[in-house]
Amino acid sequence: MVERRVISRTTTNLESDYKYGFYTDIDADMAPKGLNENIVKFISKKKNEPEWMLEWRLKAYRHWVKQGDQEPRWANVDFPHIDYQDIHYYAAPKSKGDAPKSLEEVDPDLVEAFNKLGIPLEEQKKMTGVAVDAVFDSVSVATTYQKKLEDAGIIFCSMSEAVLKHPSLMRKYLGSVVPYSDNFFATLNSAVFSDGSFVYIPPNTRCPIELMTYFRINAEDTGQFERTLIVADEGSYVSYLEGCTAPMRKSSQLHAAVVELVALDNAEIKYSTLQNWYPGDKEGKGGVYNFVTKRAKALGINSKISWTQVETGSAITWKYPSVILQGDNSTGEFYSVALVNNRQQADTGTKMTHIGKNTKSTVVAKGISAGHGNNTYRGAISILPSADNATNFTQCDSLLIGDQCGAHTVPYIEVRNSTARMEHEASTSKVSDDQLFYAMQRGISEEEAHYMIINGFCRGIFKELPFEFAMEAGQLMRVSLEGAVG
Amino acid sequence: MPKPAEQKQIQQYPNLREIYIALIRNYPSYKKYQSDYETFVSQINRSDPKWLRDTRSRAATRFQELGFPTANHGNERWKYTSVAPIAHSIFKYKPSTDTDEINLDDIRHSTPHDKEWTKLVFADGCYRQDLSHIHQNGTTIVSLSSCLKDPESRILKTHLARYADFEGDGFTALNTAFLTDGAFIYVPDGIESTRPIHLVFLSTGQSQHTASYPRALIMTGRNSKLTIIESYVGLTDNPGLTNTVVEIAAGENSKIEHYRLLAESAESFHIGTTRVNLSRDSFFSSISISRGAKLARNDLNVILGAPGSGCTIKGLYITSDSQHIDNHIDIDHATPHTSSDQYFKGVLTDQSRAVFSGRVLMRKNAQKSNASQKDLNLLLSDKARVNTKPSMEIYADDVQAVHGATAGAVAEDALMYMRSRGIDKHTAMSLLVNGFTSEIIDEIKPAYLRGFVGKMFSAKGNINHI
Repeated sequence: MVERRVISRTTTNLESDYKYGFYTDIDADMAPKGLNENIVKFISKKKNEPEWMLEWRLKAYRHWVKQGDQEPRWANVDFPHIDYQDIHYYAAPKSKGDAPKSLEEVDPDLVEAFNKLGIPLEEQKKMTGVAVDAVFDSVSVATTYQKKLEDAGIIFCSMSEAVLKHPSLMRKYLGSVVPYSDNFFATLNSAVFSDGSFVYIPPNTRCPIELMTYFRINAEDTGQFERTLIVADEGSYVSYLEGCTAPMRKSSQLHAAVVELVALDNAEIKYSTLQNWYPGDKEGKGGVYNFVTKRAKALGINSKISWTQVETGSAITWKYPSVILQGDNSTGEFYSVALVNNRQQADTGTKMTHIGKNTKSTVVAKGISAGHGNNTYRGAISILPSADNATNFTQCDSLLIGDQCGAHTVPYIEVRNSTARMEHEASTSKVSDDQLFYAMQRGISEEEAHYMIINGFCRGIFKELPFEFAMEAGQLMRVSLEGAVG
Repeated sequence: MPKPAEQKQIQQYPNLREIYIALIRNYPSYKKYQSDYETFVSQINRSDPKWLRDTRSRAATRFQELGFPTANHGNERWKYTSVAPIAHSIFKYKPSTDTDEINLDDIRHSTPHDKEWTKLVFADGCYRQDLSHIHQNGTTIVSLSSCLKDPESRILKTHLARYADFEGDGFTALNTAFLTDGAFIYVPDGIESTRPIHLVFLSTGQSQHTASYPRALIMTGRNSKLTIIESYVGLTDNPGLTNTVVEIAAGENSKIEHYRLLAESAESFHIGTTRVNLSRDSFFSSISISRGAKLARNDLNVILGAPGSGCTIKGLYITSDSQHIDNHIDIDHATPHTSSDQYFKGVLTDQSRAVFSGRVLMRKNAQKSNASQKDLNLLLSDKARVNTKPSMEIYADDVQAVHGATAGAVAEDALMYMRSRGIDKHTAMSLLVNGFTSEIIDEIKPAYLRGFVGKMFSAKGNINHI
């Protein structure tokens, strides 16, 4: 029986609604600010990487330099020019000697920091049923349940470990879904990524527990560049969770991550995200710029990829978890709730590329805008000539709370096969007065009624989340909306 | 248009904007437009009022700065349509003269015709009195050329080139630079013009690669009514460019019924810009039927500029061979209590391509407004390709907005149903396609136009492509 546990965290900062705004005073190993070939070499050297890895990083770096200092501006978000030379590209909690070999060697301050976040790393307090890889300032500090996973033949380790221990898998799959030249931020990530998680599920294995990576930005003026790679071999299944928080800082922090998923024949990957980066204060100062490239390849026949995301944090979200449906009969799903409040901006959606026959994709996106927030759904569905009998269903609904916010829908649909079926529908409205009135005349306060309706609006997405996350998500929505309604 | 290598260079150093302008100015097609403009101005300029000469020269300069639109740098409005074939060809401006031989029967064959209608015929953008027929009914219906020369034409001075902004659009700038003729229609207050006014824009194609710049300004007064039909018709198969700009300004509580028929020749290029500005309680309904042209763009902007205004924009496109038809609809809900409805349908055959991009903008104060947007596509060939992008930008909270899009083949079960009753596949297909298109065609009110479009789109002819 799985122990029922809500990942509830203690409030340490009473002045703000953002619970995770504390920062931990930990000695950090930092590269000097700025980016050049030497920094790339420095990061690679820090991680004792083999030659091929360094080559790959340098290739990415040179490509990035060629693009000039111009981040893409087509998204419906507005942010000042980022000075890429004013960021620390490497910050790691200082370890004594080499990497910690067991939890006893991990800095106690660090363990405490994760305890505060509700992610205990100690053996006796571990969360039941969830194996956690804790990433602190882009460096993986501890991974729980290693033993149990090893027994099943599952590899769940940090990226730097994988580069050293599993070079053949890494060389085969790293960059196979998101090539280093993919886009500005993915290229930057490829050059300077510091850590992340690597998962490999062997053939015909059902991962016995949920895997989770918990990301935490701590140091100031650092960028977080982690990379996740999940490979599900034939007939396997894995459910993977991702959570993230950052301290409250006055200046904005850049987070440019890359996530790659590969599903071979009959494999299934379920990827859930609860994104709660620091959203900045009410005037929009500070907060995390979340520029993330997430893409999955349903490579094998009958493979299945499912993205679920609840986006409540970040000053700016720029993220399009997408699926390349390459294998015949493969399935791609995207369920998303994106919430913006105060001055938050989100431009998020998905991209489903149908290549194989009988491929199927479902997109359900819910956007909630409050305060001065701006929320854009941007989704591309392309059905290529080879994708006979492909079907797509897209539904995106937006809810507006208050008259200062914006909700936008920008679908791109490209159909090149006549046997395809593609349906798209979308609606935008505010919380209906009738529903509010109904709830209120039964003695429910206006604020409570709003939460109820919003919760109902998102219900379909929450039920796609693993149990612990679903509880958490409901709470999170509430906290994020505080002050926006009623 | 710069070569790919040059373009790459420009992309890498975006601050070299000036070099880009210098580059395009040296490009053969741009040089040709410039020299054509200079010749044109030297021939015609003296008799025209100063404001017109100024407008033209500003537009010509602006065109040289803007160039043709590209999909680069996140230009979402032109994302799926490349105008490179236009930019790479050299078109010459050759206004047709009254002496050009045009057979009246030719026109009757290729355009809808009703003797009750007022008809204005333009050959390559120039008014042809000999081919036109005007019923006077209290409405001002004149050619622009005849009233532009009048220095007293205050109304034109205030309204012409006011609704179609050339500062941000290369094609509009080019059209404005060559602004000399077209239609001017004004319905005074309280007049309900019952007879449809038919504007026939012919591309005579008497010589290769001619460019024409038709123009129209349509205005209605208070409590008036107007039915207007625009037909763009190619008489020969010669490739040419028609770059048209139509400005429509609706007065308070007026109703405008607008039809747009595109039947250019299979080798021609057509860029149609329509800008509509609506006053209080006015209503604009439009149906555009697109069949012809190799590369066509129907660019329609409606500004719902006062409370109570509304519009319905419908359209039907049928594409074949390697045609490319792009419908770009932009609706700006600038005031409260406005409504808009877009409904487009497309049938695609062969290796043709259709693009639909609709944008609904609801500004902060557009409370209590409604918008809906729909694009349905029927793909009859595996090589056909459709890009649809019904997007919404909403900044007001007390509004209702919905949009939807579909694409797919003829329903197998519907076909099966008919075939099981002994109807052959070909006929069954025609019936289904006819049923699909008739939803738009049946909305056309003038009977002769509806009949003409029905015949043009009778599915039989199109099904033969499959």
